Amino acid sequence: MANPKSAYSIPTKKGKLDTHIFVIWVDNEAGVLARVVGLFSGRGYNIESLAVAEVDATKNISRITIVTTGTPQVIDQIKLQLKKLVPVHKVADFKREDKKVIFKEMALLKFVGRKKKIEKCLKACKNFDPVILDKTKQSIVIQITALRREIDAMSKKLKPLGLISTSRTGAIAMTRGAEVFK
Amino acid sequence: MSKLYSGAEIVFKCLEDQDVKFIFGYPGGAVLPIYDELKNHSSIKHILVRHEQGAGHAAEGYARSSGKPGVVLVTSGPGATNVVTALTDAYMDSVPLVCISGQVPTHLIGTDAFQECDTTGITRPCTKHNWLVKDIKDLPKILHDAFHVATTGRPGPVLVDIPKDIQFAKAKYSKPKKEKKTNGKSHNRFSQNDIDELVSLISKAKKPVIYSGGGVINSGPKASEALKEFVRLIGFPITSTLQGLGAFPGDDNQFIGMLGMHGTYEANNAMHDCDLLINIGARFDDRITGKIDEFSPKSKKIHIDIDPSSINKIIKVDLAIVGDVNEVLKSTIKKINKKHNGFKTSNKQNISKWWEQIQKWRTKDSLGFINSEETIKPQHAVQRLYELTKNQDTFITTEVGQHQMWAAQHYKFNKPNRWMTSGGLGTMGYGLPAAVGVQIAHPDKLVVDIAGEASVLMTMQEMSTAVQYNLPIKIFVLNNQYMGMVRQWQELLHEKNYSESYSEALPDFVKLAEAYGCKGIIAKNPEELDNKIKEMLDHNGPVIFDCHVDPNENCFPMIPSGKPHNQMILGPNDKEENKITGKGKALV
Repeated sequence: MANPKSAYSIPTKKGKLDTHIFVIWVDNEAGVLARVVGLFSGRGYNIESLAVAEVDATKNISRITIVTTGTPQVIDQIKLQLKKLVPVHKVADFKREDKKVIFKEMALLKFVGRKKKIEKCLKACKNFDPVILDKTKQSIVIQITALRREIDAMSKKLKPLGLISTSRTGAIAMTRGAEVFK
Repeated sequence: MSKLYSGAEIVFKCLEDQDVKFIFGYPGGAVLPIYDELKNHSSIKHILVRHEQGAGHAAEGYARSSGKPGVVLVTSGPGATNVVTALTDAYMDSVPLVCISGQVPTHLIGTDAFQECDTTGITRPCTKHNWLVKDIKDLPKILHDAFHVATTGRPGPVLVDIPKDIQFAKAKYSKPKKEKKTNGKSHNRFSQNDIDELVSLISKAKKPVIYSGGGVINSGPKASEALKEFVRLIGFPITSTLQGLGAFPGDDNQFIGMLGMHGTYEANNAMHDCDLLINIGARFDDRITGKIDEFSPKSKKIHIDIDPSSINKIIKVDLAIVGDVNEVLKSTIKKINKKHNGFKTSNKQNISKWWEQIQKWRTKDSLGFINSEETIKPQHAVQRLYELTKNQDTFITTEVGQHQMWAAQHYKFNKPNRWMTSGGLGTMGYGLPAAVGVQIAHPDKLVVDIAGEASVLMTMQEMSTAVQYNLPIKIFVLNNQYMGMVRQWQELLHEKNYSESYSEALPDFVKLAEAYGCKGIIAKNPEELDNKIKEMLDHNGPVIFDCHVDPNENCFPMIPSGKPHNQMILGPNDKEENKITGKGKALV
């Protein structure tokens, strides 16, 4: 709204955007993901990645991990708004730079090509301890776990070497040490 | 083994245990089992509306005026979609509603069955929480939880979607559990340190202002009493948001009027120049703050709110106190009386200069208007209505637009829960059904809907409801033949291009009233106004009052949005400043 004629104000300058990882413990019930995701879309927050699965079958708890960006004020709002949702038990948020927290993503990569090329690919992935899940004469499927930017870089590098399909999860997080987030 | 009840019976057993006396609703295929059960429960009265939106607003009016949750019962599909506006309205204005909707039988969900819609999906963003009941065993707990969620913390609407087969299925009934915490969401999180800091800031302030909102009303009549005691104790000026009107007496000298876009000169200037701002149960809405960057630039800010997500959402504050308004104020009063001997001397001297400044602003008489002998000025009409009704306990509802602002400016409220208006969502058509709900809650009180002719036509069908239940609501229509607020903006901001804001073919409201079986009154000039209003008040039954007012009148003062509080446009009495040109126009 550069020159608004309607009833609303001009947006004020945006602050610096930080990347945060939210971990949300929720009741595993119908529609709970829609509530969380709907809150993000409805209030104009961004979702960079999302991972969700049940973690406690007896207590019926799912753990949702969302990577998002926002100004400190927006990050604060996201946290407070999430806490208001009825099926949400607790919410943790970590800065991506936080050294006390481990972040990991998993990727499945499929390569098609001659043996030599495939070996080259495996070599390129070496740093990430690739696990070979499937192998044929002209193809291979490997699994790597790494940081988002590492997988980004790998995909770019591996494209010319015969990477034809990538499947990735959202990031998941866990604190280091003996402490558990309460 | 305990007795088995059908889903429909369980619904009513829950309503009885929740002390529900009225439900506002409209029957249809998917709720017929519940309607069938109605006859067996004489303590619950059903109010049949003419449109589900009307049921929602009536329940809002009932809730806001009584402090109890409003209950709505609608059918699946169109029944549910029609109530969405009212749910959203209740969500924005924090009104506790429990909406029960019918749904197609479980096995048909997802098949595009007749009158099927994804009700919980549609209402997810406009309710605090909603439930689709898939198993009859869950029904009692879900319904009790629904009331708990709607009425605790920051109140709001909830919806329970019950498929038709669940209404027939049988299960045991269980009574509500007392004081169950939902996921440990507690609401009073403030500490004594917070209160100490608040008192310390109060004692240091030289130019303070209190800005109270709808949270005070929602905290209950005791909170309004506590607010009165608190404000008198510390001697500070107090302004209020649209939703907060009535929490503090409108005719009290310490009250400096409503603030915000159409607030008074003194209230907005006090907000801008103050050195201490105490927000009690308000949410820094954009109609209040104006330009964020220049909002109250010199002040320390305190925010008391039950909803943690309201804090620092728009305006960063120096001290946040999360808790129920009544609890916070009571602790604060206790502390002041104990430690500071009630500020009997020092505090009031500190702020005497500030009061002088406020008196100077007051002399501007920013709510003033040039009255006329030929045509009825809408402000004059509201003032006359106030004068003629102020001696009885009157409940006012409004629609949305110019008339709403004039009502807020010129009608003075001395008690909470007397003022029902759609502030957050700004729903035209709110006032008439809301008046129905208010009258249901207070059958012997005077209930007036101050309306605009455009708004009231949106839900005019509810007159039929009023007549059916003999509810003597008075619909006081300020008829200027325009969508007045749209016209005002077009005049001030869009080069007087009155695009589609004039209603060419308005009904004859007197005949319309007669068609509905109620009384119609028309007033065309100032001389007859008083007598006509008296005629309206004397009539024991619903009335539509067609008050022909000056169509060109604008609502002042006005802060164009994108402007700070100290740059208001004043009315015609202050012509010099009444020119919006160039840059200012673009900013509104």
